[in-house]
Amino acid sequence: MVRTARSEATRTALGPTLVRLCREGLDIVCIDADLGYSTSAVKFGQEFPERFFPVGVAEQNMIGVSAGLAACGKIAFCSSFAVFAPGHCFDQLRMAVGQPQTNVKLVASHGGVVTGEDGASAEAIEDLALMLSIPTFRVIFPADVVEAEQAIETAARTEGPFYMRTLRPKTPVIYDDSGYRFQLGRWDRLRDGSDVTLIACGELVKAALDAAEILAGEGIATRVLNASSLRPIDREALLGAARETGAIVTAEDHFVHGGLSGLVAETLAEENPVPLAFIGMRDRYGTSGTWEELLEYFGLTPQAIAEAARGVMSRKSQ
Amino acid sequence: MARAQTVSVDELKSIAKRIRRHIVQMTANANSGHPGGSLSSVEIATSLYFRVLRYDPQNPLWPDRDRFIVSKGHATPMVYSTMAEAGYFPVEDLMTFRKLGGKLQGHTIMQKPPGVEMSAGALGMGLSFSLGHALAGRLDGRDYHVFCLLSDGDCQEGQTWEAAMASAHHRAENLIAIVDRNHIQNDGFSDYQRFPDGNGSRPQRPGGWVLKDGHTANIMNLEPLEDKWKAFGWSTQHIDGHDFEAIIRALEAAKTHTGGPSVVVCETIKGKGVSFMENNPDFHGKAPSPEQLEQALKELAD
Ligand SMILES: Cc1ncc(C[n+]2csc(CCOP(=O)(O)OP(=O)(O)O)c2C)c(N)n1
Ligand SMILES: [Mg+2]
Repeated sequence: MVRTARSEATRTALGPTLVRLCREGLDIVCIDADLGYSTSAVKFGQEFPERFFPVGVAEQNMIGVSAGLAACGKIAFCSSFAVFAPGHCFDQLRMAVGQPQTNVKLVASHGGVVTGEDGASAEAIEDLALMLSIPTFRVIFPADVVEAEQAIETAARTEGPFYMRTLRPKTPVIYDDSGYRFQLGRWDRLRDGSDVTLIACGELVKAALDAAEILAGEGIATRVLNASSLRPIDREALLGAARETGAIVTAEDHFVHGGLSGLVAETLAEENPVPLAFIGMRDRYGTSGTWEELLEYFGLTPQAIAEAARGVMSRKSQ
Repeated sequence: MARAQTVSVDELKSIAKRIRRHIVQMTANANSGHPGGSLSSVEIATSLYFRVLRYDPQNPLWPDRDRFIVSKGHATPMVYSTMAEAGYFPVEDLMTFRKLGGKLQGHTIMQKPPGVEMSAGALGMGLSFSLGHALAGRLDGRDYHVFCLLSDGDCQEGQTWEAAMASAHHRAENLIAIVDRNHIQNDGFSDYQRFPDGNGSRPQRPGGWVLKDGHTANIMNLEPLEDKWKAFGWSTQHIDGHDFEAIIRALEAAKTHTGGPSVVVCETIKGKGVSFMENNPDFHGKAPSPEQLEQALKELAD
């Protein structure tokens, strides 16, 4: 297994990064719907109370106010849980942010089934599909807290709508001391190989790396791509993987419909159909449990990814 | 089949204590969950299930049952504990709360277990759903009442006020909203009334007031809350939400009110009954540690 030195929740990147960027002179404001403690936005509020606007438990209002602030030149960061924003405020995101392309950055924590004990209502597994359905949103799902911090900075420094998904539990950090720089539209190649490609996002990037280790033990050379930038995607990396490895497995803590799997399938169906398999949530909602139990329960594991890789490889020759 | 409604206030008090013990035990056992807003609504729920509601735990979908619809779906420790005490399922099941494969999910899921009226956990949705039940009852000529429990946060969501407007418009006299007005939310205090060292006279400050410990002191002011409901066409009462006699009196009065919906704004204390949880935002969504559980159980002993 790929060892990592530490674990950290990606949601902890938001507040401290915004504090740093605001100190560097970016005109950042933060709009909050009573989850600032959980999303770490409150850290920004402590430093810059005059730039921190709580609106109460009112996500639709949060997006509307953010859009208004953005229309006046502010870089408007708002945050909630991914089930509530976009869940509660999709039309506001579409009308006040997506269509006019206001400079609003929604950073939603508690994505995925790994939200855990809170159960189905709290586990966002359709948020990426919702946000990818608005064409003007850049959509990012960082693999770890290091990438999360970099992606927040990119969002702050890049004009226009952004959606970023972060996670509740402390997940393994893979980019410590790596010199890695997040770039929009670039999928980091974490491991190279020519037999099969694993494309993952979020916490399943680590699972994909572990799957590649399992496969290496069987003599299978596996490429692993971190698809943190879901819009724009890295077409070059994706088409290269299809061309050079001829078989692809995607892995995401989200419904396979409308998220990473959908993006990969749509692109390859038009350009270069190769055998595909999707690891993700299908046809049912989450449930209560610890986050690690739930990854096992729903088959979002290195073993399942490795098994899917053997499957797509066996279909290559046909 | 109607529930016998002969339970004395003294008995209600001892049931409430048991429910409070369940709440701290099941959250400690799950090492997660929401004790604060569960403890604040114990007298409300106990009054309903042991004095006011008409229901049959053996027949949870009985069409003529009174409905208790909990919009603040994170208050599952209160919901499940009260239902267990009312005979819907064995008290032992409470220890499956929030466990993989357990019967009791972190947030409510409709009819899981049977008797839970609504899937909730996203605030703001309960009053609309309750109005639906109320309109259906009137349409079908049934005489049940619908009781909807709302939180501070529920009252900040726009949907609640859309439902409030519609309930008055449709003269839903069989609909009764109950607000668990504990003045504390996820990140801190709703408004200034319960500001720890304040008297409500602190100047409003744009951007909220972030305390040193990170809590926000004025997440969103709800006052004057009773007047808001009045302006939306509701009959209102404002009571102490830990006083059994006041709660029962208010709910019975609301049941007999005609011509439109009624709301009972209950002033409560978040974390009520456990000294270190009372008025402490930290225990909105945090379980007691084993030592804290021991202390809580001591305080809640008969
Ligand atoms: C739509 C929505 N947004 C955000 C949340 C996250 N959340 C859970 S509880 C809570 C606030 C809890 O305070 P309150 O509503 O007053 O409940 P109580 O004090 O009665 O527990 C928040 C913001 C949610 N459940 N639903
Ligand atoms: Mg409250």
